[in-house]
Amino acid sequence: MPRIFAYIQHKNGVVDESAPDLLAAARKIDANTLPTAIFTGFGADLDTACSSVKSLYSEIWKVGNEVLNHPNAELVRQALVAILPRGSILLLPHDHFGIDLSPGLSVKLNAAFVPDVLAIGPIEGESLSLVRQEYGGQVSVHVRCDASLGAVISVRPGAFKAEASAATGVIVDKSSEVGVLTARRRYIETIVAEAGDVDITKHNVLVSVGRGIQEKDNIVFAEELAEVLGAAVSCSRPVVDAKWMEKSRQVGSSGKTVKPKVYLACGISGAFQHLAGVKGSPFIIAINKNPKAPIFQVADVGIVDDILEFLPELIRKVRESRGIAA
Amino acid sequence: MARSLLLTIHILGILCFAYIVAKRLAPLARAERDLRFDHPLTRIGKVFKFWLGQWRHPRYKFAGTTHILIFSGFILLAARAFFVLIVGVNQDFVMPGLSGRIGHLYDIVTDYAATVVFLCMAIAAIRRLVFKPARYAVPAKYGKGHTADAIFLLGLIAILMVADSLFAASHSLQGPPVETLATLSLPWMLQIALASSSLATISAFGFAAYLIHELAFYFLLCYRPFGIQFHVETSLFSIYFAKLERGTLKPVRWGISDDRLDQVKSFGVKKFEDFTWKHVLDFYSCADCGRCADNCPANAAGRPLAPRFLTTKAREYAFQHYPVFGKANNGKPLIGNVYSEDEIWSCTTCGACEEECPLLIEYIDKVVDLRRGMIDDGNVPQSLQRPMKALESRGNPYGKMEKKRGDWTKSPEFQNNCDVKILDGKRTADTLYFVDSITSYDDRMQSIGRSTSRILDHIGEDFGVLGPAEKDSGHDVRRFGEEMLFLALRDHNIDAVKASGAKRIVTADPHAYNAWRHDYKDVPPVEHISQVIARGVNAGKIQFNQIANEEKVFVYHDPCYLGRHNQIYDDPRTVLDAIPGLKRVEMTRSRDRSFCCGGGGLMLFYEPKEEQRMGVLRVRMAAEAAANVIVTACPFCMVNLEDAIKVAGMEGKMSVIDLTELVDKHIMRGSCTETQKLEEAATCGG
Amino acid sequence: MEILVCARRVPDTSENEITLNAEGNDIERDELVYSVNEADNYAVEEALRIRDRFGGTVTVVTVGGEEDEEVLRRQLAMGANQAALLSDDGFSGSDGRGIATILKGFVQKGHYDLILTGVQAEDGAAQVGGMLAAMLDYPFASLVNSISVENDKLIVSREIEGGNKEINEIELPCVLAIQTGINEPRYVGMRGIRQVASVPIPTLGASDLGVNPATVGAQVAKVKRIDYFVPTLDSGAEMLHGSREENAEKIIELVAAKGGLK
Repeated sequence: MPRIFAYIQHKNGVVDESAPDLLAAARKIDANTLPTAIFTGFGADLDTACSSVKSLYSEIWKVGNEVLNHPNAELVRQALVAILPRGSILLLPHDHFGIDLSPGLSVKLNAAFVPDVLAIGPIEGESLSLVRQEYGGQVSVHVRCDASLGAVISVRPGAFKAEASAATGVIVDKSSEVGVLTARRRYIETIVAEAGDVDITKHNVLVSVGRGIQEKDNIVFAEELAEVLGAAVSCSRPVVDAKWMEKSRQVGSSGKTVKPKVYLACGISGAFQHLAGVKGSPFIIAINKNPKAPIFQVADVGIVDDILEFLPELIRKVRESRGIAA
Repeated sequence: MARSLLLTIHILGILCFAYIVAKRLAPLARAERDLRFDHPLTRIGKVFKFWLGQWRHPRYKFAGTTHILIFSGFILLAARAFFVLIVGVNQDFVMPGLSGRIGHLYDIVTDYAATVVFLCMAIAAIRRLVFKPARYAVPAKYGKGHTADAIFLLGLIAILMVADSLFAASHSLQGPPVETLATLSLPWMLQIALASSSLATISAFGFAAYLIHELAFYFLLCYRPFGIQFHVETSLFSIYFAKLERGTLKPVRWGISDDRLDQVKSFGVKKFEDFTWKHVLDFYSCADCGRCADNCPANAAGRPLAPRFLTTKAREYAFQHYPVFGKANNGKPLIGNVYSEDEIWSCTTCGACEEECPLLIEYIDKVVDLRRGMIDDGNVPQSLQRPMKALESRGNPYGKMEKKRGDWTKSPEFQNNCDVKILDGKRTADTLYFVDSITSYDDRMQSIGRSTSRILDHIGEDFGVLGPAEKDSGHDVRRFGEEMLFLALRDHNIDAVKASGAKRIVTADPHAYNAWRHDYKDVPPVEHISQVIARGVNAGKIQFNQIANEEKVFVYHDPCYLGRHNQIYDDPRTVLDAIPGLKRVEMTRSRDRSFCCGGGGLMLFYEPKEEQRMGVLRVRMAAEAAANVIVTACPFCMVNLEDAIKVAGMEGKMSVIDLTELVDKHIMRGSCTETQKLEEAATCGG
Repeated sequence: MEILVCARRVPDTSENEITLNAEGNDIERDELVYSVNEADNYAVEEALRIRDRFGGTVTVVTVGGEEDEEVLRRQLAMGANQAALLSDDGFSGSDGRGIATILKGFVQKGHYDLILTGVQAEDGAAQVGGMLAAMLDYPFASLVNSISVENDKLIVSREIEGGNKEINEIELPCVLAIQTGINEPRYVGMRGIRQVASVPIPTLGASDLGVNPATVGAQVAKVKRIDYFVPTLDSGAEMLHGSREENAEKIIELVAAKGGLK
């Protein structure tokens, strides 16, 4: 049985929410496993982070080094390569940092690499069965991985539901084992996204548009609906890429995280990167022309209709019900 | 001595003018070729109609009438001016053919002509200064206004008329005998004013008037090529060399056939010299009347395009880079320096500008050529790249699968009462119904396809569709400047039609209609469905039930590519008027003044910078005409107008229906060719 | 600057529904239209812009077969200086590691200051760029949405959570994975492609690249697809099947009930 590790990110001492998910994923590989958590960083924040997962992980490896103060995938990789036993399985989330770190890491560890995994079966000998998606989530794939020399597996955020755990974590300081860390890539700064005219994270009701809005001119329907509902308009990534809305309106893993009470997904297919930005279990209403759109799997209520036809009708009805003149 | 002075002025004036004209012709010599020397008789006919007959002018009644008077005055005064100029040098000169009684009659006529021209100058000046018609205004970004220049010219012409009249007056008084001048004319009034003066004074005034006349004449002659008045000279040519056929586009290069296009190094217009000589002549010929921009829907919508400024900016460029005094110098590329990209992409090619221009200046060819240039440089708005790519790979701008192109014929209820033949090589038909992309794939527009099929079925037409073998007609691909993609689509469709064995083509899509009629060569004749229905109505083969909604008021919106470009205005109206009980009104802007819905084809994908949608402006016009149903005969008009109704918040108050849908709803079915069967038809029809 | 862009030919999925083939072991490919992977296209455009400003050449390369040549030709039409097809029977069935190994062979035959890939292709793996960098021992950055050149280093911006940007300095030579939206790619029309129709695109096999066939291909791939499937929709949305008007009314009810209407 290969040893299973989970690399966990943290910021200002607060642990990334993937921590319990990685534990759940590890249990899928081996129900009896006691995976080890690995943290890199520096100073008090690192200590706080390590301590906060004591109830989840029985062993917690701490790698503290000044250069690791800001997560630099190049340096983290060197550190992990120095301390990870060969043949191990390393789990981490498929997020912005994971995408940066994991492929190169798998090469340096000479381990197999399976990214963005949604499900894992129990390990059979040295072989793992996993489930991935391709073509923007339109089809799923069963994948087999030869883990004889170890594996680096990045998991889809939110795909593995955390279970109860009652561990008593012990922190092991591995800082001295990593040696001198150098990289030809240097972190300079983080630029926070501009606030924009509307802060979608503060609204209770969001009218969110996706590619199905078809053209910039049609966004006026969403705006009208938002106006009569007292809501704000947000969008998915393709709308921002097409420059129809500002980046500040984007909901998703590379956009804003929102926690509304009601989320109207209009013409949004439901790709996971978008849904990753919708938190707090709002009431999701989805309207999409395509009955097979993935959004219908996560929505509470769904309507198969063309938003360009449905929205004007909805606007009319809302106006009627509130006695607002057109 | 006076004679030598006057003779010198003549010679200098003529030499100056010749030099200026030669310099003005320089860019034409450097420009691309343009084959406009065919059909001389037709061209002369156009000169009579549009130049001599001032055919376009009355479209703006007041300005038009004023101009007609001025123009007629100038024509009439031409001989007199010539006489006056020569007589200073050769006092015994008499105009050949204008001696004696005829000459005297001519003098009377021209006395009035000069008076009228003078009054028109005053009227025109007052119009400019007091009433300031909106279409003359120049927005700040285009430079300063042209009013000062206009007043200057009007003033000069007025001076010319006064000088001419004063000369005539003094000449008449020096007799003997004293000539009678036309009563109440300007010369007549001046004659009275001078009558009591001494002969010496009269002679002095006469000489002064003569000198002023000659100087003013030559000054104007030499000044005209520096501004809008050059149209006095160039209008004859711009009209003679005007395009003869509507709805066509100039080839990428005149004289280079399609199969040799690969050898052309650069497509389209990127720098000024890429324009053809006729285009440069157009730039010179613009009189800055603003009628084009006044009718341009893009301009009305607040897009950065006004046709007038396409011309005036190019003219300024020509004057700057090919100056009369100084050396010609190469300029920078046009896009980004003279024109903006959005300006050129904003045009829907509706043709309203070309319909209006009294000088027959062409715009669509220039816009398409500029687009060709941008495409050649890879400079295409992102929003258009996807549909263009889809057209290349799938034959439709939506990226939908080719094999589904004929699926609209297969909806069960439809197929039961109307089985549309797919002409796949195994089945043939006499008539091909060319459906084109939007009607094939758009859920809403498929209804037009079904209605059209039912109508063809009803009149017993043996027809079929190409289905998956059909590709986009490419009409708007071509007008967006992607000539090679257009040619690929065109060649594919022509082969498909040949394979189908069809002897004629019918379509409900005016863009497809225009493509088959004007862009495709050596193909079977094409008709628009409205023509087919109208023919059926006139022959009594199609009869209608009473209109379903008696209280609705209908208005017909002329699609650009059916109306203006192909002059089919009456057939759709004939059809509508044949429906019993149908109440129909007309919008102010109808027929050749119809207002574009917003454009079709690739224009549906372009994201213009505008203040209002064209469609919104149009549905408001329909509401102003007190209508509540717009009937149109084009799927793109349908899309734009239905969308506009939603955006304008007019749902419930205004709706749109296609002509074919309306006809399909009201056709009296069953056998309706004989009157005794009408009763039968009434019971089983509909 | 000598720039290499690794591109990939993928099915165009934006309008066409991807369905499973009859056997269930692949997607139905019969009616698919292929084009260059969107992120790779952005990468080529970025490479061209850097070249046009600072000089150098842009080379585009892909691993595949004859049918992948059209992608290379299109990128040549876009403005790339040269292209190469890396093709060999022994390459088929390679996993991400195998592809990166093949590309490494090509990189080592030339000298490139900057290597670009798209962030991810149709399989959503986002792996080849990072792997290639590690194999070459070049620094790497993923999700790059802006590049500026400062002498012999690059200042790159990475896309991170919340729409924020992480600014990094990276030394040359390096590998960058480019995110969509970094620029506005220029248009490539039929005419452009015809003009490069006769430009030679060399095909290089395992021996040309110095790639040991035992390190690539199906037999050494550690990650393999077993089959494709479409998961059954279990729980999911409660679908409304009324008329448009009825649906709209129901929505208003629900929004109000959930505290949405004030």
